[in-house]
Amino acid sequence: MSSSTSHVVTHPIPYTVEIRPDTGLFNAKLGVWLFLASEVMLFGALFSSYILLRIGGGATWPHGSTILNVPIGAFNTVVLISSSVTMVMAWASLKMNNLGRYRLFMGLTILCALTFLCVKSFEYGQKFGVPHGTEQTTEHVTQTAEHAPPHQTALAVTVFSSIAQSLIQSFKTPGIGGKIFPSLLAIGIIFAFVKNWKKTLIAFVGGGIFLSILLTLFQLGMKSSHHYFPPSHNTFMGIYFTLTGLHGLHVIGGIIVNSYLWLPGIRMWQNDPERFTNRIEVAGLYWHFVDLVWIFLFPVLYLL
Amino acid sequence: METSHNHGHDVQKEVRAYLMVFGGLLFLTIVTVAVSYLHLEIHEAVAIALFVALVKASLVACFFMHLISERKLIYIVLGITIIFFLSVMTIPISEIRNSKIQGTVNVP
Repeated sequence: MSSSTSHVVTHPIPYTVEIRPDTGLFNAKLGVWLFLASEVMLFGALFSSYILLRIGGGATWPHGSTILNVPIGAFNTVVLISSSVTMVMAWASLKMNNLGRYRLFMGLTILCALTFLCVKSFEYGQKFGVPHGTEQTTEHVTQTAEHAPPHQTALAVTVFSSIAQSLIQSFKTPGIGGKIFPSLLAIGIIFAFVKNWKKTLIAFVGGGIFLSILLTLFQLGMKSSHHYFPPSHNTFMGIYFTLTGLHGLHVIGGIIVNSYLWLPGIRMWQNDPERFTNRIEVAGLYWHFVDLVWIFLFPVLYLL
Repeated sequence: METSHNHGHDVQKEVRAYLMVFGGLLFLTIVTVAVSYLHLEIHEAVAIALFVALVKASLVACFFMHLISERKLIYIVLGITIIFFLSVMTIPISEIRNSKIQGTVNVP
């Protein structure tokens, strides 16, 4: 009895690399496809609810573009598509035995996912903004203009001050998302220091600066459209927050899994490279599904 | 499919396909947004937007998710899922028919 127990404990998980004869697949792949099938039904039910609500709303149903910002939605679509490509490139890099490229592409995937969340949090923050938010934002902008350095001073000063301001502003913005992003960025930078990965550090800081500039642009661009549209505003906002919120949770889940596979999980490559490659493929299948859902969400919510 | 991927050459070919799909997806995103600015009739707009989204989704599923060369069992799982998905989608459609008969839609 005791020998059989120890046998169970030491026995490796079957079919992580080799193909199971009856299914023709390694186990994790079938598992993730079954999970994705359940996800299709989860989102399918919500899409179905959307159609029903929209028909019920009739002529009173608002056009998405009158409430939501189409260029920002389109930007997020491009970001998510790019992250899908970098994810599949990360997997292809492992297939070509190139761990360095894997690190690069997986890092880019996570960065794209963070960009998506960050932009989304700004959209959310605006919808939850206080009704008098327009005045506050205008005040902030005039303040920025007053403190702007003269033309002769280095451009870098302007850039860095706006980065700092946008990060501070993102903390002030209502909604959790704006706070998550800079925190994750900080964690990423700390990790990079601990592991002494110069490339990682450069990628993160470079990406952080790029994102912060984007944030500043968004803040300036969106100041005129600051408005109060919480989920309770109408049925459209209700289903909008339900669908995009659930999708956002999936993005966060993907970031957690991908970050594990990018930093601590990478150890598996040394002992069991094939199993690690399979893990990336399976994580990729999930990530592409998240992208696929957004491909439908964007036109349905923003453009119709 | 599993064994063929082990050759670097095949993977490089696939990488080229991924980049082409990426280009296609970007192009189709521009198309969807551009069409929305034309302010077409709602039926036309819905038809075009959903068609473009379907094409984009199939590109992602076929190439990034490797469905173009997958095992039979995965197709069976997905086939069953599609049947259930479509039946969920028909619930609101049956409601439209009811509304045409009764003149109202029973939505709170």
